[in-house]
Amino acid sequence: MATIRIPTPLRKLTEGREEVAAAGATVGEVIANLEAAYPGIKARICDDSGAVRKFVNIFANDEDIRFLKNLDTPLKESDEVSIVPAIAGGE
Amino acid sequence: MDYDYDALARADLRARFAERPLNMWRYAELLPLAGEPAVGRAVGGTPLLPAPRLGARLGVDQVWIKNDAVCHPTLSFKDRVVSLSISVAVGFGFDHIACASTGNLANAVAAGAAALGLKATIFIPRTLEGAKIVATQVYGARVIAIDGTYDDVNRLCAEAADRYRWAFVNVNLRPYYAEGSKTYALEIADQLGWRLPDHVVAPMAGGSLVAKIDKSWSELAKLGLIEERARPTRIHGAQPVGCSPIADAVIAGRELIVPVKEPRTIARSLAIGNPADGFYAARAIRQSGGSAAAVTDAEIVAAMRLLAETEGVFTETAGGVTVAAAQRLVAQGAIQRDESLVLCITGQGLKTTDPLLAELPRPPVIGPRLSELAAIV
Repeated sequence: MATIRIPTPLRKLTEGREEVAAAGATVGEVIANLEAAYPGIKARICDDSGAVRKFVNIFANDEDIRFLKNLDTPLKESDEVSIVPAIAGGE
Repeated sequence: MDYDYDALARADLRARFAERPLNMWRYAELLPLAGEPAVGRAVGGTPLLPAPRLGARLGVDQVWIKNDAVCHPTLSFKDRVVSLSISVAVGFGFDHIACASTGNLANAVAAGAAALGLKATIFIPRTLEGAKIVATQVYGARVIAIDGTYDDVNRLCAEAADRYRWAFVNVNLRPYYAEGSKTYALEIADQLGWRLPDHVVAPMAGGSLVAKIDKSWSELAKLGLIEERARPTRIHGAQPVGCSPIADAVIAGRELIVPVKEPRTIARSLAIGNPADGFYAARAIRQSGGSAAAVTDAEIVAAMRLLAETEGVFTETAGGVTVAAAQRLVAQGAIQRDESLVLCITGQGLKTTDPLLAELPRPPVIGPRLSELAAIV
């Protein structure tokens, strides 16, 4: 199972855990499995259309998935996925 | 971040502002700080210079330069955002200041922390200009160079801010930091007699400055502090071609900002491939009726020289991007001769001399004799 690093704002959904494990052959599958284990987390990462939200960056082994295959980026068992909120100036 | 605009609209803010010295704290009611700043009491108040000689070369009758190349103490507009965010950080009880930086912010954070005896840890991409590294380390800050792009640095800082109890001015204090940018644009309005120009051209890295120019002027309009305009000031964004994710989106009419994986430009202070405020900057530009331009390294260097030679203002590469973008926008007809234009010069040329060293001739060497002088002049 891939290791997922959870940012502080989402840790209230993962019982405070900084890292969790989730199964899945792609980033999208991992997020779906995360949702099964921690309900509500997917809506914080993806918008209604299922795409990654504008202010969320996801890295598969240090590479921004937008430079890979987005949610279809393949993952191996030992891979690490980081969810990092983009910190914008706000309104 | 919002203020009590109804209460502020009833106050005679223009009169209050006028009683205070011209610096960033003149506009205290529009900043998120209660009480006196802990650091940077004299920051801001930089000149708004009429630039007729540059205007003649650009083909625009009324041009001004808002010159933060001489913003103290570290010669860029980042002194504004840092003075505010460190003052807020001190109020929150932080004793350790940090940031992700392409250089100017590093200088400002290091100086601001030193002035208060606070610890500072500064994260930079390893490719940063030597002058910007020296002008950070000299203040005693710990500088950590990351083997990667600014976006890699930024990502590490977002994760480090989760782990260490440090005030990352542009991560966990970013809403405060960003409000500090407003003072640059508030000063422009104030210095123009509470009027706005037809056009403003600003450099874009993360996109925050453009978004905050728009916000600050919207606030002034909401508070009735500026003359109403028939047509809003058009805000134009400037980026280098090697890293132009926001300009590209504006030009293509796209909402989506497509990040740039490996920025390649001499304007290293603008080399942010994944601009956090890109969406807001592009929206502000679009809503103002403005546009954007992406300019080449050669155009940047030529524009740095043009500004220096016509107005006596030496700006860093990012300023060259702004001036070159203005040239492009005039050529495209986006800015007309009889319209007024403010150029945002946000950093100092002495920090980025490398691209000029290759361009400028070596001075001739002669003996101290009139005959040798006469032979060459």
